[in-house]
Amino acid sequence: MSDTHIVTPPLSAQAAAAGVPVPASGGSRPAGPVDSSSRQAARRRKGVRSVGFHAFMVVCTIVVLYPAAWMLMSSFKPSNEIIGNISLWSDNFSAANFATALSGIGGVGFWTFFGNSMILAVASVVGVILSSTVAAYAFARIDFPGRGIFFAIMIGTLLLPFHVVIIPQYIMFNELGLVNTFIPLLAPKFLAGEAFFVFLMVQFMRNLPRELDEAARIDGAGHGRIFGSIMLPLMRPAIITSSIFAFIWSWNDFLGPLLYLKKPDLYPLPIALRLYVDQTSVSDYGAQMAMAVLALLPVMLFFILFQRYIVDGVATQGLKG
Amino acid sequence: MTVAQSTANPSPQGLPRSPRNSSIRRDAGAGFAFLSPWLVGFVVLTAFPMVASLYLAFTDYDLFRPPSWVGVENFVKLFEDPRFWTSAKVTAIYVLVGTPIKLAAALAVAMLLNMKHRGQGAYRSIFYAPSLIGASVSIAIVWKAMFIDDGIVDRIQQLFGLPAGGWVGDPSKTMPMFVLLAVWTFGAPMVIFLAGLKQIPAELYEAASVDGAGPVRKFWRITIPMLSPVLFFNLLLETIGAFQVFGSAFIISGGTGGPADSTLFYTLYLYIKGFAQFDMGYASAMAWVLVIVVGVITAILFKTSNAWVHYSGDNR
Repeated sequence: MSDTHIVTPPLSAQAAAAGVPVPASGGSRPAGPVDSSSRQAARRRKGVRSVGFHAFMVVCTIVVLYPAAWMLMSSFKPSNEIIGNISLWSDNFSAANFATALSGIGGVGFWTFFGNSMILAVASVVGVILSSTVAAYAFARIDFPGRGIFFAIMIGTLLLPFHVVIIPQYIMFNELGLVNTFIPLLAPKFLAGEAFFVFLMVQFMRNLPRELDEAARIDGAGHGRIFGSIMLPLMRPAIITSSIFAFIWSWNDFLGPLLYLKKPDLYPLPIALRLYVDQTSVSDYGAQMAMAVLALLPVMLFFILFQRYIVDGVATQGLKG
Repeated sequence: MTVAQSTANPSPQGLPRSPRNSSIRRDAGAGFAFLSPWLVGFVVLTAFPMVASLYLAFTDYDLFRPPSWVGVENFVKLFEDPRFWTSAKVTAIYVLVGTPIKLAAALAVAMLLNMKHRGQGAYRSIFYAPSLIGASVSIAIVWKAMFIDDGIVDRIQQLFGLPAGGWVGDPSKTMPMFVLLAVWTFGAPMVIFLAGLKQIPAELYEAASVDGAGPVRKFWRITIPMLSPVLFFNLLLETIGAFQVFGSAFIISGGTGGPADSTLFYTLYLYIKGFAQFDMGYASAMAWVLVIVVGVITAILFKTSNAWVHYSGDNR
């Protein structure tokens, strides 16, 4: 029971001011007569405060963006101009590093790594959406014995350190001969293993009006139809948010592929990048930076295109990064 | 269970009794049908592995020969292993120092973003961005390049007349480097704080102003209590997340936890034991110690939350 509290987005229902006693006095001070000069002074004070505010925020923005900007600009610099060079500018910008990065490593081309990452990410999105919408429908819309307990267990897995399962999972997939396939990485997605998404969808579905499925039920629709024809179309915003996060989490995942993919032609980008850094320890920093940029490109693109969905998803569901 | 109550709406317009009963019976079948992917996943990928890992913790197992029962030997070895204690210490410091700083930064910036100014939406998006990439291999590589000997951080500290030297190779400075990386991703809790701040009714602040309360008093008497559910949520998730940091430590230390084991995070040591040395019994014992520690901390947070987390109105 208490388990459900923490992950229930504390923002919506609970933080609402429903029962907070508000002192009766309110905030309605009579606006006294103000002469124009003091109003002007007030406006000027406000202007100064606004300039100060934005100056501070711009400094924060520069500090926050600097590491990413430094990576991006370094990827166009010659290797000997990268380490220790605070400046983002160079007179010797070129795309040579990208040519090196795109030529791949260990006899495997960049696009193979990119393709592996893409297959994993797209399949993850499909798996997450299929499995978590279905599970969420069961939790939000069907009455069945043990639902409360299963829901509590599902929430509990959100808090479980996943390292407790990686060793037996590895042994299991190894016994089944599935190491060096994508299956160990994708099976949890198709089996609703990422409880965050199930939870997000349950929360969303609970806010959809029940009259819709009641009406459909009276018209003779079964759960399959109600789910497919009524719920899924209405779930669009939750599905989009989940898809974006499922994609990005899979794209950035490091531990999973590190455990299960040991052949370079199966590597997704993060593992390839690590191989790259290990093998080019003779400090071809330029190519490393170019590869690092390429590995983040889809994530950055997603962020630019869907930032509203992403940031609002975090705000309302407590999704992390 | 509140969940069941809140979702099981009473049927509207009093449907006849018998069809409703039959629909409940049909619901059990449909319920498990819809739940089956999750249920299979839970049993096969979580419940069974947890039991297996508990068993393995009491065995000696190297993946090639069958596991042999050794009783509590793994746990005895664990508590006598100085590297285990180092990894526990590294992780504890990271959790205890990194998480509060990150949350403080997140709350401070969220309060700035809650003020009435133009461009707040843009700032919010920009500050959030690092959270999406902070745990990636790319950023770990960038961090390493920035904090290495003669790197830009080294240059900047020399500009200020501080002793030269990168942070990556200095065991006393690797932790601050990781804390900075954690703080850099303050955007995710910030966005959640901001959503919480927007829920606090402005009348509370106005009333407090009328009563002569200053900004500090308002912060402690209104903002913090009203924000406490969100604070609790962020504290819990960030703490649990901090225990599990892995990728950046792996990349920056080259998978070793060096220099001088100063970046030997708990999960990294677990990985080294299990998947580099194939001491899977020992690694399973470590995994269970982690589960118990995280479980105890979660329980403590929940227990103490009664004293400081205020849920206003009705708890649904």
